[in-house]
Amino acid sequence: MRDVLAGAFASRLGRYYLLFTIGFLAFVAVLWALERLGMPRSYLGYAFLFATMALYAGIGIMSRTADVAEYYVAGRRVPAFFNGMATAADWMSAASFIGLAGTLYLLGFDGLAFVLGWTGGFCLVALFIAPYLRRFGQFTIPDFLGARYGGGIARAIGMAASISCSFIYVVAQIYGVGLITTYLAGVDFSYGVFLGLAGILVCSFLGGMRAVTWTQVAQCIVLLLAYLIPLAWLGLHTAGTPLPQWGYGRVLESVGVRERQLEADPREREVRAIHAAREQAARARVASLPRSWEEGRAALHGRIDALRSTHAPLSAIRAAERVLSSYPADPQQARRAWTEEAALEREAAAPPRPHAEPFWSAETDPAQARSERSGKRVNFLALVFCLVAGTAALPHLLMRSYTTAGVQEARTSVAWALVFILLLYISAPALAVLVKYEIYTAVVGQPYSDLPAWIGTWQRIDPGFLTIEDINGDGIVQLSELRLAPDIVVLAMPAIAGLPFVMSGLVAAGGLAAALSTADGLLLTIANALSHDLYFKMIDPSATPARRVTIAKVLLLVVALIAAFVALLRPGDIVSLVGLAFSLAAASMFPALVLGVFWRRANRWGAVWGMLSGFAVCTYYILTRYSFFQSILSLDPGDFPPWFGIDPISSGVFGVPVGALALVVASLLTAAPDEETLALVDFVRSPARR
Amino acid sequence: MASEEERRRAHWRGTRRLTLALLGAWLLVTFILPGLARDVSFPFLGWPFPFFLASQGALLVYLAIVWIYAWRQGARDRAARRGDGT
Repeated sequence: MRDVLAGAFASRLGRYYLLFTIGFLAFVAVLWALERLGMPRSYLGYAFLFATMALYAGIGIMSRTADVAEYYVAGRRVPAFFNGMATAADWMSAASFIGLAGTLYLLGFDGLAFVLGWTGGFCLVALFIAPYLRRFGQFTIPDFLGARYGGGIARAIGMAASISCSFIYVVAQIYGVGLITTYLAGVDFSYGVFLGLAGILVCSFLGGMRAVTWTQVAQCIVLLLAYLIPLAWLGLHTAGTPLPQWGYGRVLESVGVRERQLEADPREREVRAIHAAREQAARARVASLPRSWEEGRAALHGRIDALRSTHAPLSAIRAAERVLSSYPADPQQARRAWTEEAALEREAAAPPRPHAEPFWSAETDPAQARSERSGKRVNFLALVFCLVAGTAALPHLLMRSYTTAGVQEARTSVAWALVFILLLYISAPALAVLVKYEIYTAVVGQPYSDLPAWIGTWQRIDPGFLTIEDINGDGIVQLSELRLAPDIVVLAMPAIAGLPFVMSGLVAAGGLAAALSTADGLLLTIANALSHDLYFKMIDPSATPARRVTIAKVLLLVVALIAAFVALLRPGDIVSLVGLAFSLAAASMFPALVLGVFWRRANRWGAVWGMLSGFAVCTYYILTRYSFFQSILSLDPGDFPPWFGIDPISSGVFGVPVGALALVVASLLTAAPDEETLALVDFVRSPARR
Repeated sequence: MASEEERRRAHWRGTRRLTLALLGAWLLVTFILPGLARDVSFPFLGWPFPFFLASQGALLVYLAIVWIYAWRQGARDRAARRGDGT
């Protein structure tokens, strides 16, 4: 009987979402027709922004609830296929949708660490976590840690870890939302952030997990269509096939040919030599600090005085004053700014990176090239490790295994999620290669007088996104004169390929869906950890269900506002922010979750020490090695060389082994877990009923 | 007739065996081959092999792993419910 009802529920859902997909496609087609009839672009942007937001809000309002099981786990009856879609939307964040292809564009093969890590982690979720969590069947991840490791302390640490990594992650999503709304609606970045926040809140605030689930299914459809349709169009344009995923090997080859041409081109070499000279100059200034800082400042003051005394035009004086005001405030800041400048120039001075070559090095000296390559290889593997382990420990993803109807459904739900995720992750490398081909052939080598319009558009939004400068003054664009920030590659792709503006709007709407769906899941995780684990389980176990849900909603609002505030500080690019969250989650929770099921001897003190030490090692490494925190804490990067040359994004490569080791040692040194705990372990291992 | 306890142990042994076998395939395409990327570079279906592996091949192996796991483990659970052990 129950299965029959569930079947009817699933087929009704299938009908709804099929209609939704057709409706959305029709909406895009209508906007395209309107564009051809001359509707202004800003209206198209608004239409995408407000129509999709209204849609998500509508689903959120229809699914509003105050029931505890509905609010926390969507009533535990989401069919595997739809739970897979919701998981996929939860998973594919602004970093995947906006950041990934841009990172691949810049890093070539080395960027594929993100592709491997963000998909490979699902194997760990499927094999080691999801079915066991579902068998356990409570509400949150700290619930499991608390039950398995005997109570309060383990739960509290799990809660703190859940909150910190979800918080970093949600900041990156809100930042992404701000970026997209700025682009779509032309509003200021800070308004964009709060506009996006409203969209996130309507949904998770009213209906908790239930509303988030059904919105995420819709968002999954929107984001996949928004990635695949423009890519198919780009494929037709560039590779002559609407399925470039299967045929871009040929384009990759042409990109390789073009790379070798650009490598040998005398004008490119000239520009690279200028960049190299600038790098040397910046290094020389760093070397002669603090004298160089004083001299530089004195020279600027001197120039302003000279302009004033000769009654130069006010605009020239203003310009000189602007240069002075952006001049480093003290020698320490100067060291940071100029070291960064030298690094940027060094990058620009390198010949084009062979896209398909693993662990490429620009060094000409063979011994140095070898050591740089082996450093890149180690960092590639370390990053993959952190991302897979982080995937299997990020609470907003794992929470989704509670919402299915049974253990087997939890397994197939992960499998379906991977199907939808692969649609995007197999496409992103193709998109990167096609965009690279477009830039290398249609922008590089063109005269500055007829630059494509998208270049100006993005420069206006933020000069940090795109810089282009005729460095050798020949009036022709050289590759080394153009610098693209990874975050704009996907958003600018339709414009780069000359597609109609409606495609740009569609891509932006997809990015918005990706960022909103992930932010929804994350905010819910944080608020639930606070309301369920902290308030209900630790502070007031007698709270009524209605009160618990109310508290959860209030906390959600508070957390969202704090996250928006932090996002306004613009703490780094999306992909590296998200990478930090993965390392933190992996180091603090991965060993405790996996060993909790697979090692009966793991006990409370093992978990406590394991989680604490993993978290501590990771946090220490991030705080002392990540440049954003270095500048906040005013640390000198020179005093903190990386361990084994590992980047801070992969700090989990130290945190996970340390955490696992501490868990094992502390467990063996203290008493074995009691009968009740062992019975729980046997229960989650036992064959599932459904 | 095996006791309840023995049946449970056998089920868990089987789960571990399946998990380990799939984990082996996963390690191969996630760490071992990408780690050797510069040494296994040969043309493959029109791609350099390491690029194909890291952008598509490994991903399809992942898909196979999770589906095989869901299918095998589901079948084993059903068998255990019927009471015929592994």
